[in-house]
Amino acid sequence: MKWGVLQFPGSCDERDALQACSLIGEARLVWHEERDLEGIDAVVVPGGFSYGDYLRAGAIARFSPAMEAVAEFAAAGGPVLGICNGFQVLCEAGLLPGALLLNEDLRFHCRQLDLIPEGFVEGSQGSEAGKSFNEPLSIPAKHGEGRFWAPEEVLDSLEARGQVAFRYAPGQNPNGSARDIAGVWNEAGNVLGLMPHPEHAVDPLTGSTDGLKVFERLVQ
Amino acid sequence: MAVRARVLIRPKEGILDPQGKAVERALPALGFEGIEHVHVGRMVELDVEDPARLGELCEKLLANPLIEDYEIEQI
Repeated sequence: MKWGVLQFPGSCDERDALQACSLIGEARLVWHEERDLEGIDAVVVPGGFSYGDYLRAGAIARFSPAMEAVAEFAAAGGPVLGICNGFQVLCEAGLLPGALLLNEDLRFHCRQLDLIPEGFVEGSQGSEAGKSFNEPLSIPAKHGEGRFWAPEEVLDSLEARGQVAFRYAPGQNPNGSARDIAGVWNEAGNVLGLMPHPEHAVDPLTGSTDGLKVFERLVQ
Repeated sequence: MAVRARVLIRPKEGILDPQGKAVERALPALGFEGIEHVHVGRMVELDVEDPARLGELCEKLLANPLIEDYEIEQI
């Protein structure tokens, strides 16, 4: 299993993502100008502030050569994980539904949260793991623009199709996300995005190793 | 010959706009009464050779049509 971790100007969590991936396989960075994903089995679009978050978070990164390659990779069924800014990039690219807006209280929140894993898409890479994936995960979140929003009918459809991957535990929604949604799958079940940071929860030193389960689940 | 244009981008009606709310809440403390429905968006000014392509430009990059409305004004 070889992971590719994208790196944009302004990314800041790519090293932690690389470290997390290397615990369960090989991993290398993919610079934003690279188009070649040859030999890569799974892609992480990491957190940070790609291209300074100018215009809207993720809006410019989506046009990078690396993201064009990721869009083709995802269309061919390749597993893709977007974390925080990476989630924003995937939504802007149309690879995931919805959008991430400014936190309801306009504050940047950084804290350890409990995430309730939920959906798995029948027949997808995530489905087998999803069935045995019921315990809350303790994972940190840190963002100022993490309020997941989609039209009501889209939210209904995400719930009906099992595309809600994670919800914030009751009372822990840090940003005003619709229906406490913290992460979603695409329709095919090979692209996952979430605001909290599983790559920061892979070593007992920092209190939780639950983040590894998110990486493992993506490729199971 | 390029044409100067302005694109006004604002949050869609019905989507919570916390920036607008924060501005609105600050106004009474400064003595500005009777102001409501404040919304904060952004304005992009640009010179464009083919103004017919502005719509596509807005749809693809300047605005996110899922969450934002835009208006194009040529000046």
